[in-house]
Amino acid sequence: MTLQHFMNEAISPWMREEGPDGDIVLSSRIRLARNFSEVSYPILADLDKLEGIRDFFKEQYDHQSFEDYEDFAFIPISDLTAVEKRVLVEKHLISPHLAKHAQAAATLISKNEQVSVMINEEDHIRIQLYFPGFQLNKALKKAFEFDDWLEEKINYAFDGTRGYLTSCPTNVGTGMRASVMMHLPALSMTKQINRMIPAINQLGLVVRGIYGEGSEAMGSIFQISNQITLGKSEEDIIDDLESVVRQLIGHERKARNHLMEQSGTKLEDRIYRSYGVLEYSRIIESKEAASCLSNVRLGIDLGLIKNVSRNILNELMVLTQPGFLQQYAKKTLTANERDVLRASLIRERLQLEK
Amino acid sequence: MKCQECQQRPATLHFTRVINGNKTEVHVCEVCAKEKGYMTYPEDGYSLHNLLSGLFSFDSTKVGSHQDHTFQQVHELQCPKCEMTFSEFKRIGKFGCAACYETFAQRLDPIFRRVHSGNTKHFGKIPKRKGGDLHKKKQLEDYKTELQDLIESEAFEEAAQVRDKIRALENHQGDSEAGDN
Ligand SMILES: [Zn+2]
Ligand SMILES: [Zn+2]
Repeated sequence: MTLQHFMNEAISPWMREEGPDGDIVLSSRIRLARNFSEVSYPILADLDKLEGIRDFFKEQYDHQSFEDYEDFAFIPISDLTAVEKRVLVEKHLISPHLAKHAQAAATLISKNEQVSVMINEEDHIRIQLYFPGFQLNKALKKAFEFDDWLEEKINYAFDGTRGYLTSCPTNVGTGMRASVMMHLPALSMTKQINRMIPAINQLGLVVRGIYGEGSEAMGSIFQISNQITLGKSEEDIIDDLESVVRQLIGHERKARNHLMEQSGTKLEDRIYRSYGVLEYSRIIESKEAASCLSNVRLGIDLGLIKNVSRNILNELMVLTQPGFLQQYAKKTLTANERDVLRASLIRERLQLEK
Repeated sequence: MKCQECQQRPATLHFTRVINGNKTEVHVCEVCAKEKGYMTYPEDGYSLHNLLSGLFSFDSTKVGSHQDHTFQQVHELQCPKCEMTFSEFKRIGKFGCAACYETFAQRLDPIFRRVHSGNTKHFGKIPKRKGGDLHKKKQLEDYKTELQDLIESEAFEEAAQVRDKIRALENHQGDSEAGDN
């Protein structure tokens, strides 16, 4: 696999498949933090030791395949341009920390982009595995298999009492962060989500917006993940997360129905106005784009807008991020230039649907 | 005397630091002492810059019992492998290496309890190869207890059988460890 392949498409190949509860849950992710037992963590290790780990991954895993995850591409972060790094971050294949601060950093990405490994992030190894829709158990099973495959050649830092030993005390034990990305437009419009978040936090789960700063969730896209990694098995952690997500799905569906029944025309108006803005605007900021995309996607889910693929939300949310726009333009752009290009890319993309 | 860290401000704190049994004299200014994690004042067991802010604030116990705070770090816990001290760990909120867990073991339970809703022990996945060893270690311990009991009750024939089992397991374990490298 070449780097170019990851740069060209805004949505990863695995996203094109429809997952269970795909109208609300966009994706499920399992992240596992692992370390080599003999090497200090990246925060303290000597550069040559970290380079040793990076080179080990290149030698052992570049162009290798594991089951459905074929042709892994090994990419040293230092080989990437600023825009290319940004694109990988916007596609959630690597973290901002890996892109910006990590030494001897690299990533290993499967051809279908379902698995990515971050090398020398806060921990030596961060495995990420994605599934479309609501499929946490399946994702966990596959992540474990992939983890076992890596462990065949790596002595993990592990302790019988404390579990997987990570650099940060917040990850020790399972080293697992399970998360789902949810589109919750009706709960956002009705502000119900604001009341639910504190209750969800009480259960040891974290809710945050994926796009946008602070508490604002652009495009009504939220990530829900576990906070605790010690004292509970991975399966139990996922069961707890699943039951909360299941309830959120129920509330969101109820809120959508309620909105349609109580203020159907208002909702329709809002959805079609957004559609109009996306189809005709010449300048659009990322915040407005996100809100319109969220409304259009809701319109698709409610059957109001036909013949537009559901993927339009995921795809255009990524495609209209600053990194991607500049990758597309093949040059750096000012904020104004980005707003113009964003509007034109969205118009073009909607045209393709016709 | 100038501060050995910044070479600018006068050194106002002078104390001895022990690293791996070697004594070193430390002469630093107050700013650097705080910044480089040489010392912690009793009133701020954690720094504002702590990435896990508030996480360690409950921990008011200090290493060493000297009244004079300039000497309190002398016998501080320090990881023999990566040289991270406990106060550095508290300051940055990250371990330096896997051995830190062993070094700071006595003081970690309250931290883990706080971060992980009262939990201190792992109940999840065990790595396949390492897990195999853990499993064997446990079995070996069981056999040894059994052997001891049999010898005490003078059941030498059974004891011999258990001893053979232990030997077989120990040889096997040696093999698998060699295979790891
Ligand atoms: Zn100084
Ligand atoms: Zn250490």
